[in-house]
Amino acid sequence: MDILRFITAGSVDDGKSTLIGRLLYDSKSILIDQLAAIEKQSKNKNAGNIDLALLTDGLRAEREQGITIDVAYKYFSTPKRKFIIADAPGHIQYTRNMVTGASNSELAIILVDARNGVVEQTRRHSVIASLLNIPHIVVAINKMDLVNYSQDVYNNIVIDYQQVAASLGLKDVKYIPISALNGDNIVEKSEKFLWYDGESLLHYLENIQLDSDINFIDARFSVQYVIRPQSAQLHDYRGYAGKIISGIYKKGDKVIVLPSCIESVIKTIEIGGKEVNEAYALQSVVLHLEDDLDISRGDMIVPINNQPKTEQEFEAMLCWMDNKPLKPGNKYFLQINSRLVRCVVKEIEYKLDVNTLQKIDSPEKAVLNDIIKVNIKTASPVAFDSYKNLRQNGGAILIDETSCVTVGACMIE
Amino acid sequence: MSTYHLDYLEQLESEAIHIMREVAGQFERPGLLFSGGKDSITLVHLALKAFRPGKFPFPLVHIDTGHNFPEALNFRDKLVNKIGEKLVVGNVEKTIKEKNLTEQKGKFASRNALQTYTLLDIIDEYKFDALIGGARRDEEKARAKERIFSVRDEFGQWNPKLQRPELWNIYNGKIHKGENVRAFPISNWTELDIWNYVKREKIELPSIYFAHEREVIHHEGQLVSISEFIKPDKNDIVTKTKVRYRTVGDMTCTAAVESNATDIDGIIKEIIATKTSERGETRIDDKVSEAAMEDRKKTGYF
Repeated sequence: MDILRFITAGSVDDGKSTLIGRLLYDSKSILIDQLAAIEKQSKNKNAGNIDLALLTDGLRAEREQGITIDVAYKYFSTPKRKFIIADAPGHIQYTRNMVTGASNSELAIILVDARNGVVEQTRRHSVIASLLNIPHIVVAINKMDLVNYSQDVYNNIVIDYQQVAASLGLKDVKYIPISALNGDNIVEKSEKFLWYDGESLLHYLENIQLDSDINFIDARFSVQYVIRPQSAQLHDYRGYAGKIISGIYKKGDKVIVLPSCIESVIKTIEIGGKEVNEAYALQSVVLHLEDDLDISRGDMIVPINNQPKTEQEFEAMLCWMDNKPLKPGNKYFLQINSRLVRCVVKEIEYKLDVNTLQKIDSPEKAVLNDIIKVNIKTASPVAFDSYKNLRQNGGAILIDETSCVTVGACMIE
Repeated sequence: MSTYHLDYLEQLESEAIHIMREVAGQFERPGLLFSGGKDSITLVHLALKAFRPGKFPFPLVHIDTGHNFPEALNFRDKLVNKIGEKLVVGNVEKTIKEKNLTEQKGKFASRNALQTYTLLDIIDEYKFDALIGGARRDEEKARAKERIFSVRDEFGQWNPKLQRPELWNIYNGKIHKGENVRAFPISNWTELDIWNYVKREKIELPSIYFAHEREVIHHEGQLVSISEFIKPDKNDIVTKTKVRYRTVGDMTCTAAVESNATDIDGIIKEIIATKTSERGETRIDDKVSEAAMEDRKKTGYF
């Protein structure tokens, strides 16, 4: 059993909350008292069926306004897999929330209302999915019950979306016709779609291959914390604690510490206090080096023969997430894995219109939810990979020095 | 590549260790909130994996309401003794006296809301800039939306509308003086994940998690243990019943569930079969209103 993290993108009207409610409900992840609570509320709203959307609308403000205002996380399991859903809202002013939810997702479900087909919002969600490099996309064509389960409607939407996918370079795209409201093709394959020979949504989510999404080639390790007991018995113990971002580390590997460029050899590797000969991506470990070096939080330990770039200036796609606008020349903190450095956004090369994919050259500023290409200079060198090649070492955040708030998400090129 | 594969518990464990080490790396004076319940006991187990053979870079912090299960308190002291780490205790009883706070009245009067005052005092006294907590997002609707690094203002308040976006596994721990961060390493775990992990790691838990006989009052479908804090009235139905606790909070606001599960396998079986959520079944305090947890969090509750 492993974990699939996915995001659902769509607006309230696309039936996104209903879809999530349906997945939780049909996989029996909703318990009686939770059901009783939404039944009570459903009655307050409109008589009749329970409103599955109420399950995901967590905060009171949302319940009052009837919209989702933030990313919420939901959990369910089947015997095959544990699922973590990032439920991100689809309204235009909340691009930042979808970027947030997408950053940790291996799969995106993009909801399309069968009556409306591929609309501006569908394109926007797809642009973000491609920008964040989500490996797998499911286009769930919803409300098929309202178009008489028509194969023509489905086919036309598939053809339309294939153009979107091609223009964005989306590779793994799966199309599934559903009705979240009626539960058609959600858990079980529905007999309403005699013309559809694919799988149900849940079956697809349960069986999609995930191991190949992890990079086991380019070994990357960012030091989070240095363990130095300094006790009598462990006087010389000096362990570098961190999570292996990607790749494999073995005892005896020749490594280099970045950005200082000091070379050494891995002496021992520990996991949970036990020595091991090798460790691999996503394990939290402690590394020991042969030489007694001055290594601190934020340094990277990588193989000598496979290094990331270590530079002070780079280009990045940036999603601006703050109410205060970004202007060229503004200074921020940049955090990538455990490394924190000061930086300046030197130039905004262009702004990307997420609806038309048009580039608007050299805008004066960027505002909340803008996607822009920038040139960033850091106060000291940073070791990074291109986001396209290695998501886990190419994503960085910008932090406002005065408000301390996370204001931008960078995908380094 | 199948040999290089982490199963879901190993992934959750590694993520939690990573979050704890981020707290240790980013903050000057962190603490770990410890209640004696299974979630915070799991946190201690994860901290051992994250920091041994070094010392924890934080003390354990217990907010003692004075209404604890004696089994949980004994367990706490035994555990602290065994791992040799520092324990800080905040005493709600003392806060009530010092601040002249008004306690709830009635049979199931809870100090749940009052413990926020003690927590804020302790934060002030020890200058904690980060507190690690064992909250899980599957517990409750408001928690489902909280960040892993959740910033609180100097009054301890959570503002759900002004949360920082949290991307990849990068945690922004920058704060102003007076603010603090609540960090939740097991945000992505469910109740069942905890039990499966407890089983795999052979983590010891207080005895009240396992089925035992107890005199209980039947109160609106819930079973509440008779104790020095809760005495039965004339009309109460009292039985001696085999029960276990699914959560361990105060004796005044935690209900037991009927059970025959005397070991972890039995508990896991019962949880898989259960029809009621953890908090719905065992917390008397969450039933007060539709948004009870959200309101408490906004005023500094953890």
